[in-house]
Amino acid sequence: MKVMLQHVAHARSGDKGDTSNIAVFAYAPELYPLLVEQLSVARFKAFYGGAIKGEVLRYPVEALHAINFVCHGALGGGVSRSLCLDNYGKALSAAVLGFEIEVPEALVPLLKNLPEPA
Amino acid sequence: MGKTIRVGSGSAWWGDRVEPARLNAEQGALDYLCFETMAEATVSAAQVRARRDPSFPGYDTYLDERMRAVLPACMRQGTRIVSNQGWINPEGAARRIVELLREMGHTGVKVAAVNGSLITDRVLELTDRILENGQPTSTLAPTLISAEAYLGAEPIVEALRAGARIVVTGRVADPSIFMAPLMHEFGWDPLDHEKLGMGNGIGHLLECGAQVTGGYFPDPGFKDVPEPWNLAFPIAEVSEDGSCVITKVAGSGGAVTLQTVKEQMLYEVHDPANYITPDVVVDFTTARLELLSADRVRVSGISGKPRTPTLKVSIGCTEGFIGEDMFFYAGPGALRRAQLAKRILEERFRIVGLQAEDVRIDFLGLNAIHGAATPANAPEPYEVAVRVAARTKTREEAVKVGREVDGMAVSGIAHTGKRVPHQDRTREVIGVWSALVPREQVPASVVYFES
Repeated sequence: MKVMLQHVAHARSGDKGDTSNIAVFAYAPELYPLLVEQLSVARFKAFYGGAIKGEVLRYPVEALHAINFVCHGALGGGVSRSLCLDNYGKALSAAVLGFEIEVPEALVPLLKNLPEPA
Repeated sequence: MGKTIRVGSGSAWWGDRVEPARLNAEQGALDYLCFETMAEATVSAAQVRARRDPSFPGYDTYLDERMRAVLPACMRQGTRIVSNQGWINPEGAARRIVELLREMGHTGVKVAAVNGSLITDRVLELTDRILENGQPTSTLAPTLISAEAYLGAEPIVEALRAGARIVVTGRVADPSIFMAPLMHEFGWDPLDHEKLGMGNGIGHLLECGAQVTGGYFPDPGFKDVPEPWNLAFPIAEVSEDGSCVITKVAGSGGAVTLQTVKEQMLYEVHDPANYITPDVVVDFTTARLELLSADRVRVSGISGKPRTPTLKVSIGCTEGFIGEDMFFYAGPGALRRAQLAKRILEERFRIVGLQAEDVRIDFLGLNAIHGAATPANAPEPYEVAVRVAARTKTREEAVKVGREVDGMAVSGIAHTGKRVPHQDRTREVIGVWSALVPREQVPASVVYFES
């Protein structure tokens, strides 16, 4: 089934100059391979729809069941220059929680806070 | 069991809450309480303020408040303090702490100030290229405000070794503030990159305070923590081998879980195998986390690689002004009115000849935070704030933003809600650039005071 990433992973963003790092953490080790397979640089960047102006680097961290996305040109020229109200991009990590991810039936019981089917 | 050192956090940034620092001082049974109070532009902003206001002492504006909250318990229990509240005047901060100690009746307490990070007058000779754009740093000469190197833990260790009970610094890399006590207590060599990798990794987990104890974390239904209004700052119980347990004062709100520790481990990290600090290059990819019991996570296995021959330098420059303001719509059709308001402002900025490097008109409630990442099918909000911002070369131009928002009051459209403009709607931009400097070019010095 297809679900929003928020049921598969949690996320946190951090800032350095004009670069935002958006780290995505699987809720269970078994869910981590889904992130590795489906959350590619190209799909991640496309999902942010132009909000990330520069290169995106992707660092999978098996030990933490996490992927760190380093997004250059994501903070409006830099925290102090940015015209965005959220100039640190603290809320930027929330956007990826809406990314649609395919989950095999066997892993569905591991999903976090999935709404009951209607 | 070998020796264990308890290091606690007292703040994660300048504006952080003071009560959790007091809690850690009083109930954390700490050997060391460490304060991080600087952001990237803190030093430059302090320099600008010092030039304008000769009475500004140049250290953390909350120095008194923080020290009054923690000094009684720290003095009573023998907890030492390491803090970067010195900003551009560590000696001034140390003198002020000495005054506070005397006022509280504590005499004979040694307080150290670590100087040497400020290199404004030498930065253009010592550095070559701007890391962000590859241009020569000399191109920054006309707008340069301030430059500071990120020092490592060594000068703090020197001060602790000399018997300082309180060490106050200017710019030091955040994790180094928390690692210095470990180096001192365990006698770790500054070149022992394996131990320092662990130590700096622990420092990184502590440097953002509540971000590892349930702050910047709760998401109802997904990531709940108890009493998020009552968060504590973290404590690391560190063993001689560099492994540690991250925990917090019992009975406080929040939580220390595998999730909170993982999130903080990658916070503001780029390549997790090469997190470069002045003391060591940290590798988080080998970390092992284990939940021992409620609010106790054991962290081991963080590794390190030899430190680089350079230190990072932050260079702050004047880069013009930002003018900003907002006004409001609500009810059926809020978004269509906001859209017409945006069109009116764009036309009026043309009419008044606004000279701007960048202009942004957003609909807060729809797309002001995520901008281009907002989904095309996002639902229409019931309330919308139109938020307008422009970056300009001069303050005169920046003022035009607020003046045209004023114009929306009677010369705008139906149902426009607006604030009376009490607040200053322009601010100065301090751009921050980075460069590298050979580490031997930035010697630190330690000055001692006694209460």
